[in-house]
Amino acid sequence: MAGSNGSVPTLDVENLQTYFFTKAGVVKAVDEVSFSVQPGKVLGLVGESGSGKTVTGFSIMGLVDEPGRIAGGHIKFRGEDLVGASEDRWQQLRGNQIAMIFQDPMMTLNPVLRIDTQMIEAIQAHENVSRDEARQRSRDALGQVGIPSPDERLKAYPHQFSGGMRQRVSIAIALLNKPDLIVADEPTTALDVTIQAQILYEAQKLCKETGTAMIWITHDLTVVAGLADEVAVMYAGRLVEHGSVDDVLDKPLHPYTHGLIGSVPSRNKRGKPLEQIPGMTPSLLNLPPGCAFKTRCPRADAACETAPDVTKPDGGHRLLRCHHPHLDELAEVPA
Amino acid sequence: MTVFIIRRLMQAAVVVFFMSFLVFSGVFVIGDPVDILISDEADEEDRERAIAALGLDKPFHIQYLRFLGKALQGDLGESFIFEEPALLLILERMPATMELALFALLLAVVLGIPLGMWAGLKPDSVAAKSIMTGSILGFSLPTFWVGIMMMMLFAVMLGWLPSTGRGETSEIFGLEVSFTSWDGIRHLLMPAINLSLFKLALVIRLSRAGTKEVIHQDYIKFARAKGVSRNRIILVHVLKNIMIPVVTVIGLEFGGLVAFSIVTETVFAWPGMGKLLIDSIGLLDRPVIVAYLTIIVFLFVIINLVVDILYSILDPRVRLQEMKA
Repeated sequence: MAGSNGSVPTLDVENLQTYFFTKAGVVKAVDEVSFSVQPGKVLGLVGESGSGKTVTGFSIMGLVDEPGRIAGGHIKFRGEDLVGASEDRWQQLRGNQIAMIFQDPMMTLNPVLRIDTQMIEAIQAHENVSRDEARQRSRDALGQVGIPSPDERLKAYPHQFSGGMRQRVSIAIALLNKPDLIVADEPTTALDVTIQAQILYEAQKLCKETGTAMIWITHDLTVVAGLADEVAVMYAGRLVEHGSVDDVLDKPLHPYTHGLIGSVPSRNKRGKPLEQIPGMTPSLLNLPPGCAFKTRCPRADAACETAPDVTKPDGGHRLLRCHHPHLDELAEVPA
Repeated sequence: MTVFIIRRLMQAAVVVFFMSFLVFSGVFVIGDPVDILISDEADEEDRERAIAALGLDKPFHIQYLRFLGKALQGDLGESFIFEEPALLLILERMPATMELALFALLLAVVLGIPLGMWAGLKPDSVAAKSIMTGSILGFSLPTFWVGIMMMMLFAVMLGWLPSTGRGETSEIFGLEVSFTSWDGIRHLLMPAINLSLFKLALVIRLSRAGTKEVIHQDYIKFARAKGVSRNRIILVHVLKNIMIPVVTVIGLEFGGLVAFSIVTETVFAWPGMGKLLIDSIGLLDRPVIVAYLTIIVFLFVIINLVVDILYSILDPRVRLQEMKA
């Protein structure tokens, strides 16, 4: 996958381990996660709640708080390893070259500061520009994400915006300094579908036009199908399957991915009960030994007592971590 | 806004009315000022004359109505002791108390917010734990005892600061103030610290609790994700949020600071209105007591009003029109 078009990937994560050292024990929120994102491409990071998606995002932003810490691996941003980088270096990158959009738009804007204050500070944190110029750019950014009468809206406080509008504002803030990489943590989950569609469209356009790479964290496979170029499926802190969107969604190999796709309602399943994955995500504090998914997996057997290694089932760039993948999918002609 | 203020002032009038009735009847029940005011040697005729002159021969309701009638014209009566208008007497002493209370409040805010924020940002550090232990002492040690101990240490043993009185004062806009001269500041320092200790502990606790809550909010993480510097996050994003509860409580507590400066004023012989009140209660000088409490009630009402207005400035989500006054 690396070097598919010869360029350096915007982000290359290798064997990332982010652990939380709590009193109850070590929580391996992210364990040996590797992926990379090329300029202008969108990686969909999919998984259930508590699978480590958000912590992966925060790790890339250098925003993992105590008692969490990056315990191993590399986060290479345009070739520069950021693991162990100084706080000053992080501060230079954050919001400037790497931006993040948070999940809950109701919580991401400071309730007591005006929108202009919150936008201008994001520009002035990285560039020595006048307030007027920063304001001008903020206004343009609001216009870009489709906020009507941006001049007036700049003077408003967050509570005067609806949830969708607030998320647009935080997207506008993420775009302010034209970052090379955007980590979007379920940015459309709290929004209604029409706004979601608009934002997805804008995001896609942005990546195409500016070459911004994007990591789109979500649990919504339909969003991934429409937006992402590649998809990585996370389960209990590990990547279990990784490949291009077409491959993974059409021919899921891992039983977990299989289950996820099976549980998406669609027209041709009308009237039939939805398949579901039995059980719940295991607590990261006491993961079962071996494959973490074995307690819920219909294919689990004795072999699953040992943790599966990463394999390349089709010999290409697809990656898989399973003893009993649905290899029959590879043989089938996609419907 | 105007409606809001008018409604508030009308409520204040009602409160003052009830309060005056309670205090008036309270003091009436406590004792007869005649016994204190008129010397035992005075003959019966002198006694009668004096009682009639003070209006104390009339039944309670007549006395009260007479007081009310005069109060509506701005006359709260004459002190039995000083034979001066009670209001004037109190207003003369007010600047001293106000100076003391404001200085104490300033100390509490200027020291309390940084200490509290520090304790909230690094809750596990030794400094934070010492600050919090100190604040418990501030809460629990009685003011008069701390005052006496301070006096013993700084005035008697070390001899650094004068123990009593107000020192040199000068006039600013017709008000006597002591902070303009070094001698005045030396006199002011100990009583102000003594009075501020309790509020300082309160501000520390509020700031710490606020900081600990705010620092974990998503918007702080988002500000960090924007690359905003740590200093700006603390001084703008965190501080502005914790100011909301701090200003509210401090504002409301300011009335208490003025009212409870009585103890500090008594310990340090500070010539403020609290000391006047204590003396007046001892002498059953009813007009002064009633006038004092009326002023305190007004003060509370005005402070509440100012706090509400400040609150709406600090927290954009609050608008005065929506507030039920």
